[in-house]
Amino acid sequence: MARNPVTWLGSPTFPKAAREALQDTQLRQNLRRATGTIRGRREAAVAEMTDWEMLRVAGEQIKDDVLARLDTLLVQLEESVTARGGVVHWARDAEEANRIVLGLCRDEGADEVVKVKSMATAEIGLNEALEAGGVHAVETDLAELIVQLGDDRPSHILVPAIHRNRSEIREIFQRRMGIEVSDEPADLAEAARVYLREKFLTTKVAISGANFAVADTGSIVVLESEGNGRMCLTLPDTLITVMGIEKLVPSWQDLEVFLQLLPRSSTAERMNPYTSVWTGVTPGDGPQRFHLVLIDNGRTSTLEDSVGRQALRCIRCSACLNVCPVYERTGGKSYGSVYPGPIGAILTPQLVGDMRDPQAASLPYASSLCGACFEVCPVRIDIPSVLTHLRAEAVEAKGRTAESIAMAAAAWMFREASRYEKAQKAGSLARFLARDGKITSLPWPGSKWTSSRDVPAPPAESFRTWWRKNRG
Amino acid sequence: MASAREEILQRIRNARVPAAAPVVRGYLQEGPGGIDLFAERVADYRAIVHVVTDVPQALERLRGKRIVAPQDVPAEWLIDGVTWLHEPLTIAELDQADGVLTGCAVAIADTGTIVLDGGEAQGRRALTLLPDYHLCVVRADQIAGSVPEALGRLEPTRPLTFISGPSATSDIELDRVEGVHGPRTLEVLIVT
Ligand code: SF4
Repeated sequence: MARNPVTWLGSPTFPKAAREALQDTQLRQNLRRATGTIRGRREAAVAEMTDWEMLRVAGEQIKDDVLARLDTLLVQLEESVTARGGVVHWARDAEEANRIVLGLCRDEGADEVVKVKSMATAEIGLNEALEAGGVHAVETDLAELIVQLGDDRPSHILVPAIHRNRSEIREIFQRRMGIEVSDEPADLAEAARVYLREKFLTTKVAISGANFAVADTGSIVVLESEGNGRMCLTLPDTLITVMGIEKLVPSWQDLEVFLQLLPRSSTAERMNPYTSVWTGVTPGDGPQRFHLVLIDNGRTSTLEDSVGRQALRCIRCSACLNVCPVYERTGGKSYGSVYPGPIGAILTPQLVGDMRDPQAASLPYASSLCGACFEVCPVRIDIPSVLTHLRAEAVEAKGRTAESIAMAAAAWMFREASRYEKAQKAGSLARFLARDGKITSLPWPGSKWTSSRDVPAPPAESFRTWWRKNRG
Repeated sequence: MASAREEILQRIRNARVPAAAPVVRGYLQEGPGGIDLFAERVADYRAIVHVVTDVPQALERLRGKRIVAPQDVPAEWLIDGVTWLHEPLTIAELDQADGVLTGCAVAIADTGTIVLDGGEAQGRRALTLLPDYHLCVVRADQIAGSVPEALGRLEPTRPLTFISGPSATSDIELDRVEGVHGPRTLEVLIVT
């Protein structure tokens, strides 16, 4: 079987990639600033809701119900979409999905398509597959455009260009659009508006993802901010929507939960600027041909794992990334996958479905198990528990001991004085040093190790030296 | 060889996921609602809000402009002094208009949201997308308190657009900036 494109071919394992990222001070500064801002705002948006915990519980339960009845609900969705003039396609893996979408583009005679940001299409590497087939996909979401024009990789679920600050974005726009522009966000947004306008008005085929699909009505839901989604969903003649099979909700009423959970968790808004809902084809309004491509690509094997399957509840809000201390320091690209951060650490290895893959096996260690991700997750995915569970699987697959893996993963973090001292200054290590002469828990790479034995505490002045001597 | 569809469905069945507990909907169904809350929340998105009693008079602000209006807006909205553009309109014509005037299907006080469903006084979706300015008339009785109340009033199979403020992006340093592809100015008239 071909390698699942959810991970980047040839990408280094997490510890190696993280080591490089940690040297990049610009990246860390950009991330700290952006995630810091959004963390505070998310908290305020959530604090306003007296029933937030009840919404989370309902969100969890609805998604669990979806996973329990997935076969029936998918068939129901297919029926409702078909009844309203849509065509439903099924794809076992990325390759099959890409072939279907490329075929549909060719049927329309399109050599260029407009795209609205979608994790599913990033996951299957659709743009590259289309390009190889002679169809150019234009990303229309501002952050995706920044990534595409910068020949870059995404580093965040919601804001793929979060690792770029305004002056870097300005530089990319000037170089690739051939324009003069300031680094004011409003001017940069205006530049994107002008750059894409003509494409929206003339392109005949659009490709989107879906945030939700309502099984009993066949309605598809896309949340967005800029209006590029509306452009893609409204103006072209043909719309192709690519969606993971777990994106369902059983009924229209269930959306009342997710339309409250998602905007506050992702962009910290009461509501995102635009949400579009469409059901098949509406005569005289919007695309007159609609294709829905349902992709498995590792989801059914994830479903088999009774602990790991909760990752399929994920609504891709990115709140767990924004609160994650490991993500904030290493950035999204270190995870070597379109799904970075805590959700990536549990979802990517499961979608890859092979713990002998060194990159997949390293991801469950990309966490300090601090639990912040679980606290913010709107669908209550217990990420720390899944991480622990997957670590055990990685250990088993490698035929090595838990300690040896933890130690290997740990080594990079303490290898250099500068990195260690910076981390200590930030307070992230100091709190793990016990006062009673023992270390009872270490940050993530060592936590596996300290959980199995008490480690004698090092002399306070030189943890690093101690570590070097003792790391085995 | 089994089709992709059959294979995926079979793999789902093989996973034998146990039935889930019934969903407990312990969250609030209703919100306090009201014109004031709605107006405040719309304004939070940096949209322009007016509470009015006389729509034609409030529409004076459109004088001298080329404004798209769905065929079925109330006749009294089509005041003199405005160049009204009606369907059929091409994409280019919509793109060049100064703005668009519509009603709405439902509004949500809690979140400051307007929902269009392509019904009376709203037109097809492209009408409210291409012009750079959208003036939306909301009747007080159209304002639902909460998201659950609003969804209950909507027909899901119609093409729906939920609008909360002008087009915006959070993609540069995660800070909201107004004005990308959709209308950069949203003005709301709440009619009492
Ligand atoms: S795991 Fe939870 S917090 Fe993280 S992106 Fe998914 S839904 Fe959001």
